[in-house]
Amino acid sequence: MSAYAGVPGVVETREILDEVTLVVDPARLVEACTTLRDEHRFNVLSDIAAADYLGWGEQEVVGYIGTASGRDINDPGSRGLARIPDPKPKRFSVSYHLVRVAEDPARLRVQVWLDDGESVASVIDVWPAADWFEREAWDMFGIRFDGHANLVRILMPEDWEGYPLRKDYPLGGEPVRFSDED
Amino acid sequence: MSVLPSTRVYEGTRIPRPVPTILEVDPERHRLEDILRVNFGPNHPSTHGVLRLVVDLDGETVAGIRAVIGYLHTGFEKNMEHKSWWKSVTYAPRIDYVSFHANELLYVLAIEKLLGLEAPRRAVWARMALAELNRIHSHLVWLGTSALELGAISLFWYCFDDRDQILDLFEMAGGTRMHTRYVQVGGIAEDLPPGFAAEARRFCQTMPKSVDEYEAILDRNAIWLERTVGVGLLSADDALALGQSGPMLRSTGVDWDLRRNMPYLAYDEVEFDVPVYGGGDVYDRYRVHMDEMRESVRIVSQCLDRLDETEGEPWIADDRKVVLPPRHELHTSMESLIHHFKIVTEGFTVPEGEVYVAIESPRGEAGCYLVSDGGARPWRVKFRAPSFAALQATATIVQELLIADLIAAGGSLDPVMGDADR
Repeated sequence: MSAYAGVPGVVETREILDEVTLVVDPARLVEACTTLRDEHRFNVLSDIAAADYLGWGEQEVVGYIGTASGRDINDPGSRGLARIPDPKPKRFSVSYHLVRVAEDPARLRVQVWLDDGESVASVIDVWPAADWFEREAWDMFGIRFDGHANLVRILMPEDWEGYPLRKDYPLGGEPVRFSDED
Repeated sequence: MSVLPSTRVYEGTRIPRPVPTILEVDPERHRLEDILRVNFGPNHPSTHGVLRLVVDLDGETVAGIRAVIGYLHTGFEKNMEHKSWWKSVTYAPRIDYVSFHANELLYVLAIEKLLGLEAPRRAVWARMALAELNRIHSHLVWLGTSALELGAISLFWYCFDDRDQILDLFEMAGGTRMHTRYVQVGGIAEDLPPGFAAEARRFCQTMPKSVDEYEAILDRNAIWLERTVGVGLLSADDALALGQSGPMLRSTGVDWDLRRNMPYLAYDEVEFDVPVYGGGDVYDRYRVHMDEMRESVRIVSQCLDRLDETEGEPWIADDRKVVLPPRHELHTSMESLIHHFKIVTEGFTVPEGEVYVAIESPRGEAGCYLVSDGGARPWRVKFRAPSFAALQATATIVQELLIADLIAAGGSLDPVMGDADR
């Protein structure tokens, strides 16, 4: 993909299912985004999607999911995964979905990889639309965005503990009020 | 894409700094000791759900504002990660309960992209017809409630009367009025029933007349014009910077519609116009919604013609690893019975990968980011909610408005709180 050759900090470029992804060094994210906005005219940030890859390729169960443990992919008799998925470089990915609103429309995914506790610079100065999307990623995954002036919880209550969309946060982790366990 | 010259919009940018969604009181324009902080919502009939606005008032003027969301957060994305692909489709329409069909369609399109599965022609036309009916439904709800908030109570009943006819059509097709789960991976759950086309055609004939009537009520209504023209201004540059889409963006003069600019389904095979207005105010958002209803009727009519042509053709892909076999085969074919059992109990698997699919929902760009590890459950589901993006513009459009106009401006964002909070 020579089209994005001049973008600073690009570690990897891939094109799968007609979607171009630029994996960018987190330290140079703002630089890369500014170039993409100014030189490649990606004028709209449509979404920021974080994902947690804890246990990627290890925990997947195929089978009747209603049971407590499900079924282990390594168990004989389980259909299992057709193949073990490719390992990911770090625990979290943050994907910035850009769109070029112009005569020649295009989409692009910019992706950075982070470990637990690592932070990435905020792109709020490049696209103000990043404000709430970054707050949501902080709220759900505990990913810190440096330079965001108001990085507080957005969907969960202010005093909530834990980051609900992390893979080690259980479903139903919320205590049930007025139950016998109180 | 062209941008219309703007007549009413401000110069420069109005996006607050350093936080684009918080408008702080400007001490040079307001005396801080005069400021009264009012908590507006989350339970207020004119907030379109559970939106909370913390408003700093100087007299009746809005001097500062902060939108607080999350009161309807139900953890859809987390829940969907714990259900099989097959079952998680049920959650998608409930996220944005006003444009239920659009969300269901979006999620299924994203799964189909990962699977590399293509829906048959008949299913595509049926999906499109219902998507446009859903758009009219959503716009009617918007028009009815927004006009109600500005005092036009009769319009609310007229709109909900027409809305009911659309829900009748959904009931005919899918069995339930909302959240039909009619869209299946690979196509649609059942063929459209006999009589659907005739009923839908009848609706297509009456609906444009209804739109004419609504305009007759509002277009030259002095109160409506006073309350909407020049209120809630947003410039094209600010709209793009804030990630706006759909009617919000088209009311600022930006000629952008995913159905035409990045076509999906078969939108490149139908004729329709994209309404664009350059005023950037509540009135032009109203104009965009009205014109879009007419255009949607046009698209529905064309889809119905194509549905007539494809009568008798399959409505769901013939892929036994993903699609439930026809019911009658379960009594005669052992393979079909096994496939049925496998899909219902274990679910189907989806190849490893990540996709971002976006469609033009009634509210703008609705996106779905999916990650699969090759298993029977989604690894990550993320919805790009157009209401979430639209609400980010609150602090920009309400500057120096009166508190009464705040209602008009907030309503014109067309937020559905289920969509914003997920």
